[in-house]
Amino acid sequence: MNHAVDKYFVPEPSKYPIFGSVALLLFGTGAVLWLNQTGPGPQLFFLGVAILVYMLFGWFGQVIRESESGEYSQRVDKSFRWSMGWFIFSEVMFFAAFFGALFYARVLSVPWLASGDNEALLWQGFTADWPSAGPRPDEAFTPMGAWGIPAFNTLLLLTSGATLTWAHHALLKGDRKQLKLGLMLTILLGVVFLGFQMYEYVHAYADLNLRMDSGIYGSTFFLLTGFHGLHVTIGAIMLTVMLFRVMAGHFRPDHHFAFEATAWYWHFVDVVWLILFVVVYWL
Amino acid sequence: MAAVTPDHLHDHHHGPSGLMRWITTTNHKDIGTMYLLFSFIMFLSGGVMALTIRAELFQPGLQVVEPEFFNQLTTMHGLVMVFGAIMPAFVGFANWMLPLMIGASDMAFARMNNWSFWLLPVAAVMLIGSFFVPGGATAAGWTLYPPLSVQMGMGMDLAIFAVHIMGISSIMGAINIVVTILNMRAPGMTLMKMPLFCWTWLITAYLLIAVMPVLAGAVTMILTDRHFGTSFFNAAGGGDPVLFQHIFWFFGHPEVYIMILPAFGIVSQIIPTFARKPLFGYASMVYATASIAVLSFVVWAHHMFATGMPAQGQLFFMYATMLIAVPTGVKVFNWIATMWRGSMTFETPMLWSVGFIFVFTLGGFTGLICAIAPVDIQLHDTYYVVAHFHYVLVAGSLFALFAGAYYWLPKWTGHMPNETIGKLHFWCSMVFFNITFFPMHFLGLAGMPRRIPDYALQFADFNALATVGAFGFGLSQLIFIVVVVKCVRGGEKAAARSWEDADGLEWTVPSPAPHHTFEVAPVFK
Repeated sequence: MNHAVDKYFVPEPSKYPIFGSVALLLFGTGAVLWLNQTGPGPQLFFLGVAILVYMLFGWFGQVIRESESGEYSQRVDKSFRWSMGWFIFSEVMFFAAFFGALFYARVLSVPWLASGDNEALLWQGFTADWPSAGPRPDEAFTPMGAWGIPAFNTLLLLTSGATLTWAHHALLKGDRKQLKLGLMLTILLGVVFLGFQMYEYVHAYADLNLRMDSGIYGSTFFLLTGFHGLHVTIGAIMLTVMLFRVMAGHFRPDHHFAFEATAWYWHFVDVVWLILFVVVYWL
Repeated sequence: MAAVTPDHLHDHHHGPSGLMRWITTTNHKDIGTMYLLFSFIMFLSGGVMALTIRAELFQPGLQVVEPEFFNQLTTMHGLVMVFGAIMPAFVGFANWMLPLMIGASDMAFARMNNWSFWLLPVAAVMLIGSFFVPGGATAAGWTLYPPLSVQMGMGMDLAIFAVHIMGISSIMGAINIVVTILNMRAPGMTLMKMPLFCWTWLITAYLLIAVMPVLAGAVTMILTDRHFGTSFFNAAGGGDPVLFQHIFWFFGHPEVYIMILPAFGIVSQIIPTFARKPLFGYASMVYATASIAVLSFVVWAHHMFATGMPAQGQLFFMYATMLIAVPTGVKVFNWIATMWRGSMTFETPMLWSVGFIFVFTLGGFTGLICAIAPVDIQLHDTYYVVAHFHYVLVAGSLFALFAGAYYWLPKWTGHMPNETIGKLHFWCSMVFFNITFFPMHFLGLAGMPRRIPDYALQFADFNALATVGAFGFGLSQLIFIVVVVKCVRGGEKAAARSWEDADGLEWTVPSPAPHHTFEVAPVFK
């Protein structure tokens, strides 16, 4: 540990970044070919995903080994903290683009389409109600209600935030049993949440005729809940990795940045859900 | 450091050699060099596209390319220059110089730094490769406005994924830079003692983290509108094509400052050196940079005056935009005040910097003119706008990049760049730049629309002139290759402090900078 006090850890040359680049090249071109139904799209796409998974395992594995062998000084730890904070800020801005689209549609574009010349000359009889699929919807649909599954899901995610904080306190106290239990509960709550979300999607398509192409309501509903669900999935994977690391004996009360970063991420996903619940489902 | 022998310095890096060294490197200097090389290659590629555009516009009528291909060229020229040339070039400077300036051993996350770079060639392959797919590259303009971008062929999809990958690269690079600056400064270097280049990059990196995800969101909506039936930009489904313009320019205007703030930083390093005076108004420079960054989030709709907007909106965005002239004016004033009564000499970096102030300020003024909503409704989408943003992007960002390259080449290569050839490069660039772009003001005022391969006869003379200038400008850039190659291979040995009055930690390490510097942090007085 002593040598790490003055010297900032600079890693040796690494093969992982180039694997990541090749993975994204295959992933991207594969997706393009697939979307345009030409060439070996799915094959390239899944090859890219496979290489990406390999790269993530290898890279994070190396970081974990370096961390556990005490290569990271306090200063490196601080770098990680700054970077995770800024990364979450970038995620906030990503969601902001989609929330912005939702507000624009609800406050501006739908009322505009139903007023003045637009209504008189182009879209006669269109009224500015929300939920709206616009003046020329393909088919009618039923919007998703807020007080069934979504309200229950809110409860699940809020509870998961509490169990995770409980686990964190246990880690600080050095109570490994409570830590494991808290983490497992959090993951369980997250997975149940995802299960309900999947059920809700099936319900939307099968019973409500609410689809991605159900106008602007369907677009914003599925993109916002979809990207949120993707982030819950990523968060749940991160939590699972943390659980495995706890079982492998990693983390000390004074050295557990990865756990904290995962917790920050999970709380961030929580907050996004709360906004989503209010402006997408409820109001 | 001075006691270390030059021999020892060169073979100090370990790990793989040959190509694998560059692919696996975690060294900020190697990665900086790759960024700079990559951006120069992209600069030449985008330049060839520009020259093809100018060749077509040499005379009225259609001679050289088909209109469809012309549209692809204007689109790709913009995308390649913005995302491939200017932005990576500044990141290259950041990689090379930030650790040297703040006394850090490397970037905070050296492996991620490598990935930030190696994503760029991938994105470039997808972007440039899109020329060769059925339907060709996207021709929707670099702003990718729907409904056009929703209707394009698969070249558009490639561009979308390329933008995503470049965005990932930018966000990782920006996080790396922010963390390096905030956490890796040498003891004694408080934030307000940092070289101004570090300050401008800190603020630029913050802008990048804030707006690149917004661009990612915007192109994702285009992708789902294209392939998954969503209606974000489709009025029949309750969406609005103008929504895209709002989201895009919420990214796009801060993006403009992403491309100019580091240029301000470079110029603020160079002018004090050659005026032999400390920078005038350091604190006001920092605050001006921060103000520009904050204001950049509330001016986006000045790109949309002609799109249709309530009068209150036009007034707000007009005045907010004009407000930016205040901090920018502070900067120009400070540069001039730094030179005031200085013992000035005009080595190549200084020439580029003074040239920068002159032509960039011209571009700033035309920006002020474009900010006036009633005037802009006339000028929108004309060559006046083309002239304006090339004055700030070429004469602003690019000239500052060249200034920085000439300034730090001794530190990178260990040799002084050839002054005679460097000055030739400057004067050719300066003269041909103005021959190319100055007439475009007149073309725009007379009503010539941009992005159209043909034009009315009355525009012929100025267009011919602009084309001559463009080819002159393009060829002038080859002079830079000569300078760099000569500088790498030999020339006058550079001292650690390569310029007489250069200030900063980067001048305390030998030239060329050894592979590893500041492994033990220096104490900054």
